[in-house]
Amino acid sequence: MMRTEATMKAEEWQGALVAEFAEPDALVTALRRAREAGYSRIDAFTPFPVEGAAEALDLREGWLVWVATGGFLAGGALGYLMQWYLNGVNYPINVGGRPLAAWPAFTLPAFEIAVLFAVFAAIAAMLYVDRLPRLNHPLFELERFGLVSRDRFFLAIAPTDPRFEAEGTRAFLAGLGPARIDQVPR
Amino acid sequence: MPPADAPAIQHPMGRRPIVPVRSFASINEQITAITLHPPYLRNWWIGILISGALTGLLVLSIGWLFIRGGGVWGINIPVNWSLAIINYVWWIAIGSAGTLISALLLVLEEPWRNSLNRFAEAMTVFAVICAGIFPIIHLGRPFFFLWLFPYPNVLGVWPQFKSPLEWDVFAVPVYLVVSVLFWYLGLIPDMASLRDRATARWAQVFYGLLALGWRGSVTHWARWRRVYRLIAILGVPLVISVHSGVALLYAVGQIPGWHSTIFPPFFIIGAVFNGFAVVAMIAVVLRHAFGLDQLVTLRHLDILGMVLLATGVAVGYCYVMEAFTAWYSGDLYERQTLWDRAVGIYAWSYWGAIACNVGSIQVLWWPAARRSPWILFAVGAITTVGMWLERFMLQTTPLYQDFLPSSYGVYWPSFWEYSTLLGSIGLFFFLFLLFVRFLPMISIFEVAEVVKDERRSQAEGGR
Repeated sequence: MMRTEATMKAEEWQGALVAEFAEPDALVTALRRAREAGYSRIDAFTPFPVEGAAEALDLREGWLVWVATGGFLAGGALGYLMQWYLNGVNYPINVGGRPLAAWPAFTLPAFEIAVLFAVFAAIAAMLYVDRLPRLNHPLFELERFGLVSRDRFFLAIAPTDPRFEAEGTRAFLAGLGPARIDQVPR
Repeated sequence: MPPADAPAIQHPMGRRPIVPVRSFASINEQITAITLHPPYLRNWWIGILISGALTGLLVLSIGWLFIRGGGVWGINIPVNWSLAIINYVWWIAIGSAGTLISALLLVLEEPWRNSLNRFAEAMTVFAVICAGIFPIIHLGRPFFFLWLFPYPNVLGVWPQFKSPLEWDVFAVPVYLVVSVLFWYLGLIPDMASLRDRATARWAQVFYGLLALGWRGSVTHWARWRRVYRLIAILGVPLVISVHSGVALLYAVGQIPGWHSTIFPPFFIIGAVFNGFAVVAMIAVVLRHAFGLDQLVTLRHLDILGMVLLATGVAVGYCYVMEAFTAWYSGDLYERQTLWDRAVGIYAWSYWGAIACNVGSIQVLWWPAARRSPWILFAVGAITTVGMWLERFMLQTTPLYQDFLPSSYGVYWPSFWEYSTLLGSIGLFFFLFLLFVRFLPMISIFEVAEVVKDERRSQAEGGR
């Protein structure tokens, strides 16, 4: 079972081996090689979204679209029903015999509420599965890791990985041609 | 440093990079340095003081209005809707371009947006805040504004959802909340950059909290990208619905000159036009003030000029069609309103709008004018004034002479209406200066992405 950063506990990264790369393409190649070598508790860290990195980890995040769709439908239904109940049932005002529950007029507020719910649902779902906000993390103990937000690309293998061996994994990472290798303090 | 917009590398196909190719680190250092080691602090304080004083004028104007009531304004029957609504429509129109640059161009994968989207989104948020003040203060009894919301109350009364006024109660707050969330979502990775670059303790804590512990995990990026795009896809119809709702405030009324189906598209085109004009002005000022000409290049200004020209021509078409439908309707009152617009006492607003919005942009047909920052700035400023005149014309001319000659009347804004407008402009600048000081005004990681793609296409020998 493939597990990455967001599905793992933060503590699992204590003692992880971290290889640093200077170029995004080198990182993607390294990720693929690590997968082929059978490592499954790995993640990569980049300053911006890197094409091919998510694919190398087999990440499929399409489900977020369905969360947003669910929020949209729930918000739209709730918004429409609210207007229908308030203007059509609870407080009907007859203006010149016009329909009390005039659906075309209700669509605009219903749409706005639907968008609001969809956006809230998508962001809340993202933060929940990302386990964010989380201000401390073992990886932040590495001095070089601050460069992840600037121009460095990191590949990390957690010690909880079934294939992890202190020496073997370090040798494997060295074979990928990184700029340097560090170990997260325990 | 190379000269401004130097053609860094000529591609075999003649294609020039949107942003000159350079290292990721140098982009990051340049943008974060503006926030962490601000240059021109003295000028910033001068700006804060001036805009703060104008914001004080806004508070004073609103305070006086609340103390004395609506009589301090020049409005009366028949012109009972005026500067407050004009300013509301004008501000919210300016806001809409930020969403379109950010959201629509993200969905269309236009790489040139990445240098502009951050400050355009900030512009949207602040313009919507300025807009949101006016509908509340224009109420006769503003302290009852909460009656607009559907909350259970002892009166047993609910809002009337069949009114476009009530639609705005939903449209504007939702637009504000979604704009803020979209802006913040895009800021999170850059907050991490600032956290990691910061040396002062307060900055590390401040940006660290805002970054939510972002560490650039590929998993996080994959989800972030999905959600960012999702909000963009929802944001485009949202901004169209918001501005259509504003237009329907007029079109649903039965006043000649308002009661027309062309209003929603007419308003949306005008909004995009005006918003792009303000984005162009902000881009010119920021690149000049902070030496950003390698990030916001002359090519960006060229594109902004072209968008301004295209939308301006569309606005001109709307003016023609508006006049045509009034004439073609055969309706006496519609034709009279058209005549009042052209030769009535507010004719200056009609011809002023046409001169500013259709006349001034014609200079943008020349590439040299689009690539000249200060000509582009001047055109932006002229059209921003022109769009305000257009709103004045649309708002006032149908009301001052509608159906019955006995109900004709003339309206002139009072000092307190103008001071509220000036104060809202001050509030916009105040918020914008705070943004420029404390947040990265250009999206660091999105520019880095563009540079990465440019590098790749160079490695492949151009596209």
